[in-house]
Amino acid sequence: MMHRALSFLVLCVLSTIGNSPTRAAPASADLHDLDHVMGMLAMRQHGRVEFIEQQFLAVLSHPIESSGELRYDAPDHLEKRTLKPYAETLTLAGEVLTVERAHSRRVMDLHAYPQVLPFIESIRATLAGDRKALERLFRLDFAGTVSRWTLTLVPLESKVKQSVSQVRIEGAQDQLLKVEIRQPDGDRSLMTLRPSTLP
Amino acid sequence: MNVRRARVLVVWLGCVAFAAIVVARAHYSTDLSAFLPAHPTPAQQLLVDQLRDGPASRLILIAIEQGEAASRARVSLGLVERLRKDPEFASVNNGEAVAGQSDREFLFQHRYVLSEAVNAQRFTAAGLNGAIRETIDNLASPAGLLFKSLLPRDPTGELLNIIDQLERSPQPASRDGVWVGSDATRALAVAQTAASGSDTDAQSRAIDAIRAAFAAAAAELPQAAANSVQLRLSGPGVFAVAARAKIERAAVRLSIVSSILVVTLLLLVYRSLAALGLGLLPVATGALVGIAAVALGFGAVHGITLGFGITLIGESVDYSIYFFVQSRQTQGDADASSWRQLWWPTIRLGMLTSVCGFASLLPSGFPGLKQLGLYSIGGLIAAALVTRYVLPALLPAGFKIHDVRPLGLRVGGLLRRVQDLSGRTILLCAAILAALALAVLYHDRESLWNRELSALSPISTAEQNYDAKLRADLGAADVRDLVIVSGPDLESILRGAEAAARALQSLVDEKVIGGFENPAAYLPSIVTQESRRSSLPSAADLRANLSRALEGLPLRADHLQPFLEDVEATRHAALVTPRDLAGTSLSAGFDALILQQKDQWNALLPLRSAEAGGKIDLSRVVAALQHSQVDDARVLDVKQESDALYDNYLAEAIHFSLAGFVALTALLLIALRSPPRVARVLAPLVLAVVTVAAGLSLAGVHLSILHLVGMLLIVAVGSNYALFFDRQANSEEAGDEALTLAALVIANASTVIAFGLLSFSQVPVLVALGTTVAPGTFLALLFAAIGASAARSAHA
Repeated sequence: MMHRALSFLVLCVLSTIGNSPTRAAPASADLHDLDHVMGMLAMRQHGRVEFIEQQFLAVLSHPIESSGELRYDAPDHLEKRTLKPYAETLTLAGEVLTVERAHSRRVMDLHAYPQVLPFIESIRATLAGDRKALERLFRLDFAGTVSRWTLTLVPLESKVKQSVSQVRIEGAQDQLLKVEIRQPDGDRSLMTLRPSTLP
Repeated sequence: MNVRRARVLVVWLGCVAFAAIVVARAHYSTDLSAFLPAHPTPAQQLLVDQLRDGPASRLILIAIEQGEAASRARVSLGLVERLRKDPEFASVNNGEAVAGQSDREFLFQHRYVLSEAVNAQRFTAAGLNGAIRETIDNLASPAGLLFKSLLPRDPTGELLNIIDQLERSPQPASRDGVWVGSDATRALAVAQTAASGSDTDAQSRAIDAIRAAFAAAAAELPQAAANSVQLRLSGPGVFAVAARAKIERAAVRLSIVSSILVVTLLLLVYRSLAALGLGLLPVATGALVGIAAVALGFGAVHGITLGFGITLIGESVDYSIYFFVQSRQTQGDADASSWRQLWWPTIRLGMLTSVCGFASLLPSGFPGLKQLGLYSIGGLIAAALVTRYVLPALLPAGFKIHDVRPLGLRVGGLLRRVQDLSGRTILLCAAILAALALAVLYHDRESLWNRELSALSPISTAEQNYDAKLRADLGAADVRDLVIVSGPDLESILRGAEAAARALQSLVDEKVIGGFENPAAYLPSIVTQESRRSSLPSAADLRANLSRALEGLPLRADHLQPFLEDVEATRHAALVTPRDLAGTSLSAGFDALILQQKDQWNALLPLRSAEAGGKIDLSRVVAALQHSQVDDARVLDVKQESDALYDNYLAEAIHFSLAGFVALTALLLIALRSPPRVARVLAPLVLAVVTVAAGLSLAGVHLSILHLVGMLLIVAVGSNYALFFDRQANSEEAGDEALTLAALVIANASTVIAFGLLSFSQVPVLVALGTTVAPGTFLALLFAAIGASAARSAHA
């Protein structure tokens, strides 16, 4: 029974990653446009896009690339189905993240993993057009216009800052085009999205 | 006469003093052993030890209910934080993201001897390549990112492997950072006590500690939230404590109420305090001698014996009633000697028939029943002797009780109406009643007896269901099915457990079982550890293998220097011992799966069904273990074994009771020397027993072993009634009929009051006794009286 505690060792074996303070972004752009974009996103009940994700890690000499499909169902169901290099499905329902692979299934409560939260919540809350949810975790900075915009998210809480220093989302109207997540140690991931052509 | 009187009193006081010394020095036990076999087979012994000390016995399931989800989570965190500091608990867990420094260091430091993935192949170029590739793949997912910082030291991902191998069971749901029930309406936690589950005092202390920690944690919330959250506990220890409290409460309350009622009744009847005091002497002496007899005969006295013994010798109150009433202590002429001649033989015979009945409990394999049998025999003999010798010696001059003849005359008047009916009519009525009762019993024969041990459990079905729900939510199996590997020492059983685990893993893959726990996952056998350690290549070889392994991978060897150092360190490090494990919270998980008996060690591998609540096909498990030649492994279905054990007692007790009935019949045949008389004595008793059994069955009650004891009591008490009527009908000196009737009615009233009260208790075993004995003895008296009247009218 007690060995369940072990799953949380995952957390503890993490060495604390240096916390580099981000410079405050310049005053926010047109809040009206942000609300407009959020409104359009909130209208969408379902979304399905393909993604290609690249992880740039200092320890690795070249980036790891993975690809698959993102599915979103309002209000809070997000599914990330990776097809390459191996099959994995991440499902976020409410605050519970399920990671499924061929032979294993892991369930994580995101409350217990504040480090993991910004990776997922940034995308989900943006897809949901939920500005309040975003503002709970991040300071928002909107640039550009409704037809081509960039949303920059900077974590508010120090625990979250330990794993993510900044999330940059590029979009056009109610479509997300790119999601870049920067980590404080210089590692980053870049996810490029396009409308799904998968069956 | 006075010398004789003094001698009697000296002997009596001597006996009482001796019994008191024995009782004072006796050892009393309240553990489960009263319900467990006296001479167990090895499998039964294992079952007993498992129930008493096994991992399941030490779990306390904690639920926090009501209030807001966030409040529940905060209380859960505060509660667990406090309990973790309490030495009463081996472990406390609520899913909170903490694990001690010592745990993580232990697992990480020993990862190359603990991980099942470690073998010679793993450190070849190809093996390293595969393992590192998988670790890099993992980095692509947010969950894998958590391991990023470990990559230079653990590129093959052994820590994740160990976590997986220790965690082959489903996780409970979690909200706000703590475990919750499947519908998220309660926060859940699990505590494992340091003391065994059979140590009810320790369990009680642990429960108090949990309540105190809960109160302290809730007090940190705002007032309104603090008032709304509620604590609810479950588990074997909680049940044991609740049951003990319930039985104690019920026993104390009921015995106070029934004492008051019986004393009031006797005062009303006797109108004499002296008579009341004297009347209690046989009971008190009987109880004392009964306990002393058990202490001398068994060494230790079970709580159950103390709890029920006194009710079983309720018959002894009757002795003094018969004595006072029948010896006509009403006119002041102490006519004790004529009472001795007239009535003592009948009481003696009644006492002996009771002894025959209770003797049938003695050969039982159930220590609780054995003790009750011996207690009753000792108590009844002592009470009868006190009535016969001590009471007459103690009667003060001018002693008298209120004249109860009017009561007897009134009862006699009622009976005379029965005499007006013909004997044939009465016989017909009795035959119809018997036929109906037997028909009911025959119809319900399949479900007549409750064959599950839980029949004796004072825990309500609602509480049992709640417990099952919490277990399901926590993924805590009922520890119903176990594989047990036995051996002479720890190393041998760990080796056996490893072999069994391989067989079980194939069953997991085939979805025959959902999973299992394994002590060797915490601490592998020395042999296995040695083989893993020796499979680690030398620094030079590893470096060479690694450089080939990294070809085509985006990882440079110079990043992995810490890995080379750690492997080299492990090659020269000592193997992991139980002592290393002891410093970590993992040891609780390990200890729970190891059961040490006198000269035998056992590794327990609890099995989990493939679907929640599903049954495991144990024959497949047995076959898999045989196939992989794990010789010392056994499969134990705990519930089935314990039910079989109880069923065995029940069947045995039924057989012995029937044998006791045969012995009782033989005794009566010898004493009365007339089969028709014996038949007339026994008929009302048998009729009363079958009527009560049929009535209970009609009411939907499944009979338990305590109902059987109740039936023995009907025969024991009722035989006195029947013998008085028999004496009345067959003796020249019939004595005063009105007085005899009055004595019987008073005696029966006190029995019905005492046992009738038990029926209102919350404790199933007491209810079983009460609902059997109260109506049964009344019917026995009624049937015996009617039978006697009918016989007289037939003669007349």
